[in-house]
Amino acid sequence: MPKKNHSGDGTAAPIDTWWWLSHKGTTTSFLCISLFALLIRSAVSMFPYSGAGTPPKFGDFEAQRHWMEITTNLPAIDWYRNGTHNDLTYWGLDYPPLTAYQSYIHGLLLRFFNPDSVSLFSSRGHESYIGKLLMRWTVLSSDALIFFPAALFFVLVYHRNRAKSQVAWHIAIILLNPCLILIDHGHFQYNCISLGLTVGAIAAVLCGSEVLTCVFFTLALSHKQMSAYFAPAFFSHLLGKCLRRKNPILSLLKLGIAVIATFVIVWWPYLHSVDDFLMVLSRLAPFERGIYEDYVANFWCTTSILIKWKKLFTTPSLKFMSLAATVLASLPSMVHQIFSPSNEGFLYGLLNSSMAFYLFSFQVHEKSILMPFLAATLLALKIPDHFNHLTYYALFSMFPLLCRDNLLLPYLTLHLLFTLIYHSQLPKTKASSFSFTNFPGYVFLLRTHFVISLVLHVVYLTIQPPQKYPFLFDALIMILCFSYFVMFAIYTNYTQWNFSSHFRSADKEKKQI
Amino acid sequence: MDGDRRHLLLWFFAAATAVKLLLIPSYRSTDFEVHRNWLAITHSLPLSEWYFDETSQWTLDYPPFFAYFERFLSFFARLLDPKIVDLHKGLDYSADSVVYFQRITVIFSDLSLLLGVYRLTRKVETLKRNLICVLVVWSPGLLMVDHVHFQYNGFLLGWLLLSVSFLQDGRDLIGGFLFAVVLCFKHLFAVAAPVYFVYLLRHYCWAGLATGLRRLVALGSVVVAVFAAAFGPFIYNGQIQQVISRMFPFGRGLCHAYWAPNFWVFYIILDKGLAFTLRKLGFDVQVPSASFTGGLVGDSSPFAVLPQITPLTTFVMVLLAITPCLIKAWKKPQPGLVGRWIAYAYTCGFLFGWHVHEKASLHFTIPLAIEYPIKVLLLLLHSMVMWLGFTALYSDEKALKEKEGGESKSKFEIGCIEKGYLIGLVLVEIVSQFLHPYFLGDRYAFMPLMLISTYCAVGIMYSWIWQLLKILT
Repeated sequence: MPKKNHSGDGTAAPIDTWWWLSHKGTTTSFLCISLFALLIRSAVSMFPYSGAGTPPKFGDFEAQRHWMEITTNLPAIDWYRNGTHNDLTYWGLDYPPLTAYQSYIHGLLLRFFNPDSVSLFSSRGHESYIGKLLMRWTVLSSDALIFFPAALFFVLVYHRNRAKSQVAWHIAIILLNPCLILIDHGHFQYNCISLGLTVGAIAAVLCGSEVLTCVFFTLALSHKQMSAYFAPAFFSHLLGKCLRRKNPILSLLKLGIAVIATFVIVWWPYLHSVDDFLMVLSRLAPFERGIYEDYVANFWCTTSILIKWKKLFTTPSLKFMSLAATVLASLPSMVHQIFSPSNEGFLYGLLNSSMAFYLFSFQVHEKSILMPFLAATLLALKIPDHFNHLTYYALFSMFPLLCRDNLLLPYLTLHLLFTLIYHSQLPKTKASSFSFTNFPGYVFLLRTHFVISLVLHVVYLTIQPPQKYPFLFDALIMILCFSYFVMFAIYTNYTQWNFSSHFRSADKEKKQI
Repeated sequence: MDGDRRHLLLWFFAAATAVKLLLIPSYRSTDFEVHRNWLAITHSLPLSEWYFDETSQWTLDYPPFFAYFERFLSFFARLLDPKIVDLHKGLDYSADSVVYFQRITVIFSDLSLLLGVYRLTRKVETLKRNLICVLVVWSPGLLMVDHVHFQYNGFLLGWLLLSVSFLQDGRDLIGGFLFAVVLCFKHLFAVAAPVYFVYLLRHYCWAGLATGLRRLVALGSVVVAVFAAAFGPFIYNGQIQQVISRMFPFGRGLCHAYWAPNFWVFYIILDKGLAFTLRKLGFDVQVPSASFTGGLVGDSSPFAVLPQITPLTTFVMVLLAITPCLIKAWKKPQPGLVGRWIAYAYTCGFLFGWHVHEKASLHFTIPLAIEYPIKVLLLLLHSMVMWLGFTALYSDEKALKEKEGGESKSKFEIGCIEKGYLIGLVLVEIVSQFLHPYFLGDRYAFMPLMLISTYCAVGIMYSWIWQLLKILT
């Protein structure tokens, strides 16, 4: 019989309609759902990429192609150096070496099937059906080979000791991450690699293998420096764990060696001289681009409507201010983890630190919402309602970007798909003592927010903004998303703090007994 | 309980719709232009010229109801973009407007499929019902043909399923009416007409002289009314000859350009094999001048050794194949089994019919095109979901039977031969899609196609025999 869940209060919960999907085990249902996830990714790949048909600069797609061109034609040491063949002003490499190696491997693939697309200099702005096809294949394969296994690893570890009824839902939420699909397979990027490595690191933490964690996370950092959004959480959790060991110094040393060893192996070509190393670093942190670009829903950009940061302060002082703000924002969660590390708290810590970085860091892009969003997907079972809203606003914050890329249909479709999956089996949440819904007017506020956002969707697509304020609608979208992100961040930070008091009181009780 | 069921069906349909929406920019075949041209013909020309127009090579060759359907759609097309329905300027029009419009009409028309499945599974228990939903609404074949290649099969199949559901409920008059409607949309469905005829005669009209006669007259008049509504205007204009000739173009060959995996594949291979052997043995065997895919040219036969096949032959073969089913239907017409018989009739039609389109393999000149992994993933996903569903169903029933103390039925297992066949299918695909082009390039270009056709034909024959056995026992 399909299993009926009888909750304690005597009313029968709805029949578990998805038990047929998970009755053969977690791995089988993972396989099934990943087939669907790959299908959706392949379908989205048919749509345009960023910068399609827009010379002379094009977009991220051209940048990635250009990196393949550079890495397959020049020696490693020249990849980050300005030279006759490598003009850094035309999409110079600005990610760490692992991206470069990955571009090299993919570049070899492209060169094998379509040499014209990666020939030095003459392939600039190269756009062809087969070129796009091959590039899309590289993203698909990276996703399938790195992100999916990492997700499986995480799901197996996370659901080790939990009831199996929610596994399939969780897998679907993680694999059908709409933001990731739209950015990686639509706009065109390789976030799946760094995020996959990060998920692997997270799973290793939950497993207790800390050396593996360090290796994976260093690899993730060496792929995209934005993985540093998660660094405070990893650092504070591992520090907290080590401090509780018999020999903290030894544990820390072990981890430190793992990090340094991985780092040296990956960065080897650039460690022969300090100059080389600094050359790469300077490419990774382009401070001259200013504290924000375009209209991203973070603190600096949103408040710049009232306080013109760029006019009032110099770049170095803004650098310092953003650093201070970021550190302050991630401090509560870090402190919490150092003093009472726990797996659950760690996951919240990831969410909090990445959100803090998103809100307060220097040079944040709309795409950076992927980081906090990934952490949220891992935690989705614990915060389902908030996760639902976060998905909506995360997607909405990328809406102008996606419209520019002509990805409106995938945007709407993935929204639909997410809603379907979310509602296919609503996870039961324990009523927490603190919930925003207890605050009067919160529900009303949320509903108004939602209605305004729907209106903005239509307005953005149909009405021309006034001449005087050509980015009026972008700004409105930004304000709306920012206000939700702030509310969300407050909630998750508070929840993480609540953890420690819960544990401390539980510990006290144990001692008393 | 009913709300729960409707919920799930709608969920599956919505999820399928999401995939269909994402398939909008995918590869379109010439069928896309065919349907656009029909929108133009029915919109721009008066009725009397619909079946005569030859502005484009894609002339109207479906029965009148489909033409009316296109006329209905063309109204909206014109509102969106008048160039779509322009007979001359719209030729090979491929702007976003026409692509989105046509694709979305297919998605909307799939609602009839939803209705058909809903009605068909009303009385089935939960798990089976979910499985059927997934099988139909998520059918990879339908998704590929309707939403990539471009056709309106979901729409038509919906009507057919609706008709079958009424028959299963015992409401024969409406079932017959709906079938007549389907026939006037696409005459291909006429293959099951013998089954319908025998079943309705025996089940509905065989009830004593007075009632029987009354019912016969009722059924007859309903069918005639439907046909009159469809063909009436053309009979009035004296154009019925032209309409019929358009609907049944026997100028085409026994096989479509890409051989459908049906019985004739074996016949052709046998012929070629015999010709080859006989030539080696020294006999003088003429190389046939006609080809299988070309039309019937006079008396020349495309077959070197074996007797020629004419449309009449195929017609007789189909009828012969359906006969066991007809006999069963005559002896004991049961509403519960009629669906099975109709399905069997269509299998026979596929297996033995003239100029059967396979529309299953979508060949791309560019290897590794994105549509290829989509096709593979759809098939794999479908198979996996089916396997999960069936094992769940059977383990369910087994658990139930064990509780009741009865014997447990055998688990859902795929037998060795079947497993071997499925693995072979993967191998055949790898060989023809990857290995052959890599090692042999363009030489023997017909080989991969022949290999796929033959291998699939084996599988379909197996399925046919299995169906036949089920019907006979």
